[in-house]
Amino acid sequence: MSKYKVNLKINNLNVSVDEGTTILEAARQLNFKIPTLCHHDDLCVAGNCRVCVVEQVGNRLLPAACATPVSEGMEVLTNSMKVRQARKNIIELLLSEHNADCTKCFKSGYCELQEVANEYRTGDHVYLDVKNLNPIDISSPSIEKDDSKCIRCQRCVRTCTELQAVSALAVTHKGKDMKISTFLDKPMNDVVCTNCGQCINRCPTASLVERNYIDQVFDAIYDPKKFVVVQTAPATRVAISEEFGMGPNRSTGKMVAALRRLGFDKVLDTDFTADLTIMEEGTELLTRLKEALVDGKDVALPMMTSCSPGWIKFQEHIFPDMLDNLSTCKSPQQMFGPLAKTYYAEKINKNPADMVVVSIMPCTAKKYEADRPEMRGSGYKDVDFVLTTRELGRMIHQAGIDFEKLDDEKYDSILGQSTGAAVIFGNTGGVMEAALRTAYEIVTGREVPFANLNIKPVRGMEGIKEAAVKIKDVKPEWSFLEGVELKVAIAHGLSNAKELMNRIKDGSANYHFIEVMGCPGGCIGGGGQPIPTNMEIRKKRAAAIYDEDEKMVIRKSHQNPEVEEIYKSYLHKPLGHRSHDLLHTHYTPRKRY
Amino acid sequence: MENKIKKVDLIFEQVDYLEILDRSFKRTQDEIILDIIDSGLRGRGGAGFPTGLKWKFAKNEEADQKYVICNADEGEPGTFKDREILTQVPEKVLGGMALCGKSTGASRGYIYLRGEYNFLLPQLNAAIDKFHEDLKNMNFDFTIEIKSGSGAYVCGEETALMESMEGKRGEPRNKPPFPTTSGYLGKPTSVNNVETLVFALMIAKEGPTKFKEMGTFDSRGSKVFSVSGDTPKAGIYELELGMSLEDFVNEFGDGDTKAVQIGGASGFCVARKHFKETVIGFEGIPTGGSMMLFNSTRSMYNILNDYLEFFEEESCGQCTPCRVGCQQLLKGIEAVKKGNRPPSYLDELQKLSETMKIASKCGLGQSAPNPFNSIINNFREEIIY
Repeated sequence: MSKYKVNLKINNLNVSVDEGTTILEAARQLNFKIPTLCHHDDLCVAGNCRVCVVEQVGNRLLPAACATPVSEGMEVLTNSMKVRQARKNIIELLLSEHNADCTKCFKSGYCELQEVANEYRTGDHVYLDVKNLNPIDISSPSIEKDDSKCIRCQRCVRTCTELQAVSALAVTHKGKDMKISTFLDKPMNDVVCTNCGQCINRCPTASLVERNYIDQVFDAIYDPKKFVVVQTAPATRVAISEEFGMGPNRSTGKMVAALRRLGFDKVLDTDFTADLTIMEEGTELLTRLKEALVDGKDVALPMMTSCSPGWIKFQEHIFPDMLDNLSTCKSPQQMFGPLAKTYYAEKINKNPADMVVVSIMPCTAKKYEADRPEMRGSGYKDVDFVLTTRELGRMIHQAGIDFEKLDDEKYDSILGQSTGAAVIFGNTGGVMEAALRTAYEIVTGREVPFANLNIKPVRGMEGIKEAAVKIKDVKPEWSFLEGVELKVAIAHGLSNAKELMNRIKDGSANYHFIEVMGCPGGCIGGGGQPIPTNMEIRKKRAAAIYDEDEKMVIRKSHQNPEVEEIYKSYLHKPLGHRSHDLLHTHYTPRKRY
Repeated sequence: MENKIKKVDLIFEQVDYLEILDRSFKRTQDEIILDIIDSGLRGRGGAGFPTGLKWKFAKNEEADQKYVICNADEGEPGTFKDREILTQVPEKVLGGMALCGKSTGASRGYIYLRGEYNFLLPQLNAAIDKFHEDLKNMNFDFTIEIKSGSGAYVCGEETALMESMEGKRGEPRNKPPFPTTSGYLGKPTSVNNVETLVFALMIAKEGPTKFKEMGTFDSRGSKVFSVSGDTPKAGIYELELGMSLEDFVNEFGDGDTKAVQIGGASGFCVARKHFKETVIGFEGIPTGGSMMLFNSTRSMYNILNDYLEFFEEESCGQCTPCRVGCQQLLKGIEAVKKGNRPPSYLDELQKLSETMKIASKCGLGQSAPNPFNSIINNFREEIIY
């Protein structure tokens, strides 16, 4: 459909834009910034907060720039006397119902309300205090909900409903009592919430933040009796730089150096267990395929990845009848924990009771995952504390470390070896690509038939991706796979996941293997990643991940020497007895609300 | 003294509505719409949008499905004329909907009935059943269904109404697009007040001239008023538009009328000194029907307080100026009354009310400051002391 051009004037400057463009977007083209709060590039238009109101010549009302499409001959003023007065009033109104306790607030310095309030210097509190100091909901190990900071922009509701198809958050009541709430106003931990944290990523204030464990981690570091090891997820290494104004960038070496300076005893890599996941999950897939194709058993196919704890909880709530399809593999974080407190503890001769395992994750659902009662394979809580990329950024700031000036350092060994396959776990399609690189080679003895190992069909930001790989000339022991076309699909963001699940349930699609990541873009767009996150930033982080992969010497999980070593000396074989005890888990059906 | 109040009997007049429809169905859409435009009929819910234009916009849209909605969510405090119309002449309302359906090309109609009016359901459904039979006999494809509201004032706002009909939370939408382009279920929809639909039917019956001759240039025809408050004649009256408030008070007042609230809680309060120059109509102060009279025993502070409490609760809460603004106006007059804020704080609040009027998302927040401003301007001392 060809787009018509619309001509209009903004602040007396002519501009010509596509039909359907909003005033906000048109103003951006002329480099006029209009403040916004309820608007978010990832979400549908709301027009709620009214901070973006502008004057349209001839219109008695001030339209919201974010919600109003341009029209031919329109004349817009973005900073007239009327606009300024209204905007100041609106900001003052928001402040009058907001718990503006900025000096104590976790979001201070990152808060969008604080930013517009500072810009407009509204001065004394003009209006009466109408804020409501209800208790903060800390029922969830992942998400803290403080209604007193809420400005009712509904970004979280739109995120939870549109982007994630979860609808744990909704608007309830009206008028002065209108608020963002849950089903029957239950605590966050008792509802359908998947802990994905996408709401946190879009909350303009501190109404929704992660439960932060910075002090507990520092306490552990300061405790001389504790041996504190830290593991870092693939996606954190391309985003932590954003916390220091450096944009999305490969900064693995700086991050390792910073962690060492923070006082962690050993700096280790979740990438190691990502590679291990490929070995376990790849073997599980091949086993399931054999059971289906050779033994004629009724096994659950397609098999679905289990790395993303937001996705896992979603599945437990929304599709509890499909839990058998989930791989029994724990996520890389939760494989790392028990191995650190068993295998690694033995190697370094430490009492696991004195060990503290901290993980740095792009994710808030990982906090919940670490708290699951089944995640105690080592006999202890496998992962003690989970910090988001943002929390790590905060710790580095607090410790006075100049991140930008750090020289690159390397992970400690063992449990610090990574491969390109593990790094791409951070991107949507990455687990699939890593699995295919290994599984294809195990089965055929040859590398995957894609240039430079880059399996392009599974990459990119399309919501649901499909690919098929024809398996030919297999090794004798895999003869049952000869000629099989392996069909795979990838979804990221839970609304896409839901769509894919529905297709599978109604029989309109058939696959062998499915990768799902709970967050848009995969882990690089995780709920624990730096704010803001939007499509442009997700694409940059994803590019940095692929760049990191290309620069790795080893790019296949089964070639990770530490992985080879652990199978030789400890686990013996994938899906073996020890693997079963330490690296695999089970799932719990949950209610829809 | 000459009685300047002219009572009219168009709305409640018993007519052969099937005969009117039969004749109308033989005309073209444009002919019907032109008559409505020519009559000068404006929406009777309060906002006063020209009805014929609305129908024309809906007619000009191309769509596989269009809708007609009868807005019977009569929620404005002090308004109770639609209830009476639906009780006395339901078939004329249905006839008006069918006429709108014919004119705009809609084959489905809905009545969004205020939840508190559910007691009307049996008789309305019976009337609808009979009407469907009649239309079938006339070979005209149009069906009507009732959707019940759940008590939120904001659902009288046409886009919130449609959200509610779609099973969602009643929150107004951004405009544009307007309902005639994208309304119920995203289809072109004309939303009309109960009374408007009956007038449209009567214009189809009589032609535009008779209607046009009544009233003034801006306010053609007559209007059903709901008269309440300090009056010996509380009730429903159809009167010709364009009368002065003085004439109205002479007819309906108790001899001690201090102020009249025109247009319900979201309308304007007029003090005695302005009765003479105040015209009831679109050139003066329009109303969806509510006329509340107050005599000298009434405290204007209490009246304003009541209205603001109403808005504080009935704002849908989605947009800032309305949600927080309504709270601030209420808390503000309380603070001034108690001496916690100086009288000059009322000026601050009047600036705020200007922002609410121009920056709120829908008519609710845009009109909630009306009683505030008009009462402060007329009775400032009663608010302060």
